[in-house]
Amino acid sequence: MAKAAVKKTAAAAPSAERRAALAGQELSAAGVTLAVLPPAERISLRAPDASIAALSRALGVTLPRKPKTSASKAGRTALWLGPDEWLVIDEAEKDPLADCAKVTVLHSAVGISHRNVAISVTGPAAATTINSGCPQDLSLGAFPVGAASRTILGKVEIVLLRTEAHTFRVECWRSFSDYVFTFLSEAAGDAAA
Amino acid sequence: MIAAFRIPGAGRLKQAETARFSFDGQSYSGVEGDTLASALLANGVHLVGRSFKYHRPRGFLSAGAEEPNALVEIKRDSARKTPNVRATVQELYDGLTAQSQNRWPSLSFDVGAVNDIASPLFSAGFYYKTFMWPKAAWKKFYEPKIRAAAGLGVAPDQPDPDHYSARFAHCDVLVLGGGAAGIAAALAAAETGVRVILADEQADFGGSLRFESGARIEGQDGFAWAQAAVAKLKGMDNVRVLSRTTAFGYYAQNFVGLVERVSDHLQNPGRELPRERLWQVRAKRVVLATGAIERHMVFADNDRPGIMLASAARTYLNHYGVAVGRNIGVYTANDSAYAAAIDLKKAGVGVAAIVDLRDNPTGPVIDEARALGIEVNFGRAVIRAGGKLRVSSMTVQPKNGGGERTIPVDAILMSAGWTPSVHLFSQSRGKVAFNDETKRFVPGTYVQDCVSVGACNGTDGLSATIDEAYAAGAKAAKDAGASTVKGTKPKVDASESWSRGMLGAAPGAGPGTTVKAFVDFQNDVTAKDIRQAVHEGMHSIEHVKRFTTNGMATDQGKTSNMHGLAIAAETLGKPIPQVGLTTFRAPYTPVTFGSIVGHARGPLFDATRKTAIHPWAEAQGAVFEDVGQWKRAWYFPKAGEDMHAAVDRECVTVRKTAGLFDASTLGKIEVVGPDAAKFMELLYTNPWEKLEPGRCRYGIMLREDGFIYDDGVVGRLAPDRFHVTTTTGGAPRVMNHMEDYLQTEFPHLNVWLTSITEQWAVIAVQGPKSRDIIAPLVEGIDMSDEALPHMSVREGRICGVPTRLFRMSFTGERGFEVNVPADYGQAVWEALWAEGQKLGACAYGTESMHVLRAEKGYIIVGQDTDGTVTPNDAGLDWAVGKKKTDFVGIRGMARPDLVAKGRKQLVGLKTKDPKVVLEEGAQIVADPKQAIPMTMIGHVTSSYWSQNCGRSIALALVAGGRDRMGETLYVPMPDGTIEVEITGMVFFDEKGERLNG
Amino acid sequence: MLLIRCPYCEEERPELEFRNAGEAHIARSANMAGESDDDFEKFFFIRSNPKGIIYERWRHMHGCARFFNAVRDTVTDKFIMTYKAGEPKPAKLPGASK
Repeated sequence: MAKAAVKKTAAAAPSAERRAALAGQELSAAGVTLAVLPPAERISLRAPDASIAALSRALGVTLPRKPKTSASKAGRTALWLGPDEWLVIDEAEKDPLADCAKVTVLHSAVGISHRNVAISVTGPAAATTINSGCPQDLSLGAFPVGAASRTILGKVEIVLLRTEAHTFRVECWRSFSDYVFTFLSEAAGDAAA
Repeated sequence: MIAAFRIPGAGRLKQAETARFSFDGQSYSGVEGDTLASALLANGVHLVGRSFKYHRPRGFLSAGAEEPNALVEIKRDSARKTPNVRATVQELYDGLTAQSQNRWPSLSFDVGAVNDIASPLFSAGFYYKTFMWPKAAWKKFYEPKIRAAAGLGVAPDQPDPDHYSARFAHCDVLVLGGGAAGIAAALAAAETGVRVILADEQADFGGSLRFESGARIEGQDGFAWAQAAVAKLKGMDNVRVLSRTTAFGYYAQNFVGLVERVSDHLQNPGRELPRERLWQVRAKRVVLATGAIERHMVFADNDRPGIMLASAARTYLNHYGVAVGRNIGVYTANDSAYAAAIDLKKAGVGVAAIVDLRDNPTGPVIDEARALGIEVNFGRAVIRAGGKLRVSSMTVQPKNGGGERTIPVDAILMSAGWTPSVHLFSQSRGKVAFNDETKRFVPGTYVQDCVSVGACNGTDGLSATIDEAYAAGAKAAKDAGASTVKGTKPKVDASESWSRGMLGAAPGAGPGTTVKAFVDFQNDVTAKDIRQAVHEGMHSIEHVKRFTTNGMATDQGKTSNMHGLAIAAETLGKPIPQVGLTTFRAPYTPVTFGSIVGHARGPLFDATRKTAIHPWAEAQGAVFEDVGQWKRAWYFPKAGEDMHAAVDRECVTVRKTAGLFDASTLGKIEVVGPDAAKFMELLYTNPWEKLEPGRCRYGIMLREDGFIYDDGVVGRLAPDRFHVTTTTGGAPRVMNHMEDYLQTEFPHLNVWLTSITEQWAVIAVQGPKSRDIIAPLVEGIDMSDEALPHMSVREGRICGVPTRLFRMSFTGERGFEVNVPADYGQAVWEALWAEGQKLGACAYGTESMHVLRAEKGYIIVGQDTDGTVTPNDAGLDWAVGKKKTDFVGIRGMARPDLVAKGRKQLVGLKTKDPKVVLEEGAQIVADPKQAIPMTMIGHVTSSYWSQNCGRSIALALVAGGRDRMGETLYVPMPDGTIEVEITGMVFFDEKGERLNG
Repeated sequence: MLLIRCPYCEEERPELEFRNAGEAHIARSANMAGESDDDFEKFFFIRSNPKGIIYERWRHMHGCARFFNAVRDTVTDKFIMTYKAGEPKPAKLPGASK
């Protein structure tokens, strides 16, 4: 079957439709609204201290070095997840993977745009809703705007980012998104109390 | 119509607002704000239950959470029946339906009461003695009978239709208990601005202010002050006030579990509200303001309905406006019962006499009682109560003996003194100390950041309590970080005060007597039982407790522990602190399973993981199986097909044409960095340094002990980038295993790991036509055998989206695994499916995947291996790099036992009768005629019907298996012995020609 | 639920985010293949299981994902201190009983 040569033109190739998990799902309860956020570009970035400056320049956002913090610029947010680990989320349809590819300093950038699903939790009861399953102290003193952390919600792992006083972005793996959305929905119904 | 024992104008309830309810089928009316107990008492009902062991008639002992007797079943509907509800805490709602328990056929005539007459059979330790002979009878006769007769209440037999919620909360100061002390502490802390949570188990805050008619704070009645103060707290942003909320457990580092009863008191809770809400609170400081519990007097027949704690009768009068009788006797060893007599007398209730065990007590309450014309007797004891279903008299005698006098009464109020509630303090691992003067255990040594205030700390009197609590609240706030202290301490204008009392059996129930003077009402333990336990050799209080079951009922001995301890100490001739106190354990009061489970039921019991392609499989009618948390398509039956037929068709189609399989659940890890190959060398048995980019290798991962841990195909995308696959079930632990070594053993390596399991949807296309299906959709990848040989990987595009295209096979056929970003998974699958349909391909599920790989002798880690199988055992020696000097497992693999002869090795099995399919897990023997127990030499690990082979096939681990080729062995089964022949592991295409076919 | 101080996150975090990973300071030999049977036994099978102070490994699994070391008292269940992976056993323990 040596005849099966490399295909040269893209003319016949359809572009596959993107079907995001839970696309467009929303829920409103007293004091809190849940919404599945649109797809975003994401990378898991790993790098030693010495590479942070160069990577920050390439990404256009200063990678935070302080635990439980994030930095954001022009639609791109870098979340400190560990001492050598950042989750970079780009909501401006720019590709952080390509930006990192230009950098020669030691690092690992892996595309995970499709791995994660993001759910926004908004409203005065947002923190209470998340605290139904998350054991961290989410008061503004302990978890201020911009705070970011990998943690637990119920029985699964999430990444939590506080974007405003009453708004959180909850990121989880694609196949856990159903659980997370269902959990938050149930919790939202009880959070106003 | 106002109920017979409701006193117009008394109490705090609006007596006009009535609620109908039923108890044991009889209809009654109560008023809003009643508990079931106060409503029944208002109707003159005292008999509400039968005791656990002797089935003695029982009434209400208390007006609170300590209630041992009045346990009832509350029934909302057939599914919502709650047994063992304390009638003293169940709030009344219109339409409430309650039923008594532990009686047959009725509460007033209970056949089980024969146990009372036969009570010598049920003395202390009867479990261990009476039913021990003959031995065989225990299991067959005694145990089932006892179990049927014992038990409290009946568990509902339907799923719980209610839902429960949960909340993690953090605060600076958590105040547990909402009486005067708790409120004062909460005020002090709240005024500093720190985060405060105040919780109380009652519907209303106020604690003992509910009955202390003599308390006045800030110029108002104590209870009214409490309501105003709590209203103020509720209005503060930094305060959360939780009523109907019980702190049931105090755990390490100020972590406290509380259950809030959200809707049990509502007539129509609706579906919105949870029944209960679990609060898991982490507090910087905890203030314990849990109060004290009154003790009963231990005398003969002290359990008759109508006999209750003096403070309970006072609560029923002063809060609920209910008289617990019309002609009341009082039996006391301290001052507090006088206040009850005085309040009742003033309300117009007859008080027959006060019997005070003390010789010559003096004080204002005694004077007041006398001034009201109440007969007061000093130095006397009530030696027994008359009546059965309701107390009818009390028999009084000078405490050192002498003439008896029987006084008719319809209720007896008792007080032996007050026991500080140190339960939560003790749960916090604090050590209690015995105060010899006041004969009570109070908090001694603290282990956690908490403080006790008020009655639970042994502090007597309202003024002292509020002083202490307010200061403690302010200090707790300061310790938790508060800077500004403002606000003023509530001023106490008038208060009640009492202390002391007695512990143990009262005269007439002392040593040598055999009367039923109850110490523990719920478990029917008498003073005599405790003495008997000591006489039979139980010298530790822990042994006495277990032998008699004193304090082991659901009330956890709230009223009984101190009496039991005192009687044991007296019998042992030791002081109380030397005998010691039993341990207080969580929960403080019973906690429902529902509240512990919280949200974790139904779809939230555990995450159900579905692949991107799942909706397609579901639409096709696939049958799914659970693989860990994943739902995987098991097989795709066509109309009329059973599983067998579907799997046969799928397996044949794959080998004849092609099949599509959703392999998205495979674990995937991207290993990136200049030292990626070095790291792979250390984590896998195989050599990796020389694997060229674009090529793949089947890798085996061991644990340090040399046993197979995981396997999978690894593709090298670039010199510094590997795409590693793991088993579906192994993905999280393999990642953890790799991270562990990378972070702690090989931290010098410049390499990082990223889980990409969910980034990529994986579509396996396997079969002779697989390339024809894929090729039309692919761009930028040369699909020829030369350019893309078996075990290679390329990056390119498919259907216009990025792909990592693996040429690999888990079927033995020409095969590919198409990785695409997950959100494109379904669309690419559909495109491949459309191509496949043109050529007659099928979709196949995990069952066919298993059969196809078994036909080729490919193992599944975790099925054909069990954590004790080495690469050599599995016939995978070829995958171990012989020149390597280190990898995880290299030394373990060389252990003497792992290289010894006769180890179990993986081999193929063919049944002599090709139609017989072995059972997985079946044991294998060499000689079927040997005596049982036979020597088992192995077991079947995988077994299937193979339509492609036209016979059954199996894999097995057999001792010395590879040296037994061609041997006949036996598989003994319940319905006969199956003959099998040992073969190689490859059943189909032994030469492997089809990989390029 | 315990609070555990993660030396990388520099704060106490709820136990739910962590996972115990066994005894600490058991070094894997640089010459693993050459280890004697006895040495391998000690390395792989033998653990101290003390009553009192134990040095153990934890992973902030659902946090920063780092492995680290902890000193814990098995009697009181109290964490004495935590420190980063690779750091030596602390010479002195804060507030430890003798």
